[in-house]
Amino acid sequence: MTRSSINTAMLAGAVATALSSIASAAPLSQAEVKAAMDAGKEKCYGVALKGQNDCAAGPGTTCQATSTVDYQGNAWKFVDGGTCTTMDLPGERKGSPEPLTRDLPS
Amino acid sequence: MREVRDCFLGSADELDYPAQFVAGLLDPARPTPTLLTGPHGKAAHRRFNVYRNNVTVSLIEALAATFPATRRITGEAFFRAMARFHIRETPPKSPLLFEYGRNFPDFIERYAYARPMPWLADVARIERAWLDAYHAADAAVLLPHVLAAAQPAELADLVFEPHPATGVVRSAYPAVTVFSANRGDGPVGRIEASAPETALITRPSLEVEVRTLAPGADIFVGSLLEGEPFGSAAVAGHACCPHFDLATAIRVMLEAGAFAAIRHGG
Repeated sequence: MTRSSINTAMLAGAVATALSSIASAAPLSQAEVKAAMDAGKEKCYGVALKGQNDCAAGPGTTCQATSTVDYQGNAWKFVDGGTCTTMDLPGERKGSPEPLTRDLPS
Repeated sequence: MREVRDCFLGSADELDYPAQFVAGLLDPARPTPTLLTGPHGKAAHRRFNVYRNNVTVSLIEALAATFPATRRITGEAFFRAMARFHIRETPPKSPLLFEYGRNFPDFIERYAYARPMPWLADVARIERAWLDAYHAADAAVLLPHVLAAAQPAELADLVFEPHPATGVVRSAYPAVTVFSANRGDGPVGRIEASAPETALITRPSLEVEVRTLAPGADIFVGSLLEGEPFGSAAVAGHACCPHFDLATAIRVMLEAGAFAAIRHGG
């Protein structure tokens, strides 16, 4: 074991450097980071362009990129948490965390 | 219980009705099963060929959906031909199509017409790992403050528990650069990279992320994923690569969400 080439001080120094570089890249408190990660992304109906709804779950699943009209009301896309109902879409449309009845394919 | 695969590859004689039906589906050299007949007892070759076509095409489509960058690199005709050969050699074992294609990268490596693209198999390996990460169990990632709370004297013996979505693909080629350039819809510029690259595939929350691990960091993170303690993983990184930067490697693995927790070893 060549433990001699690495000692506790070097490990602790590297960890401290790594943690401080993360902190400077994202100046949030730990509670804020956790809240942001918990909030994460949310499903938003009625905002995806045609064929760009989420659920890229691979072959054999039925929902991937299947919406056929822009802003289809029953197709969803992941958006940043909290932005779903506030983003502006063309034609006075709004997104919704629940399925919508507008813009359904005929 | 008989596996799906046995139906595709088994001898037709001793099999029951569904097994006989399946036996000829992937092999055009096999005759139409004799127990199949059309109206008035006529032969059913063309009817059976409809099933043959549907099975093969659906499996090609499954591979195309799992390996979009591979397909973009080869082009449609090349990809479909390569996929067809693979499907005949290695039919699916599971009825779940997103599980299919684990052997496809190895097949690409052996596929004579893909030899001029020696990095293609590794691009496919990254794509397969991408889909595995996508379907892996959800789990919280190791947050920086958890590591910050560890005592310096304990660091060397810390063991890192991998996040369920984490995967590593090592390539002798710049496979991550090629993957990233071809995975989306955007234009692919000239790729100048030539150095070997190791991909770190993670899914810290909902999106799969693919990063390149620098030389040394790949050994370090790989050692941790295999359960080596922090101290010996750091030694392994330094031993392989003189330019190994431990602090950067720690930052990258935390940002990527490669691990779920730490525990005290020894």
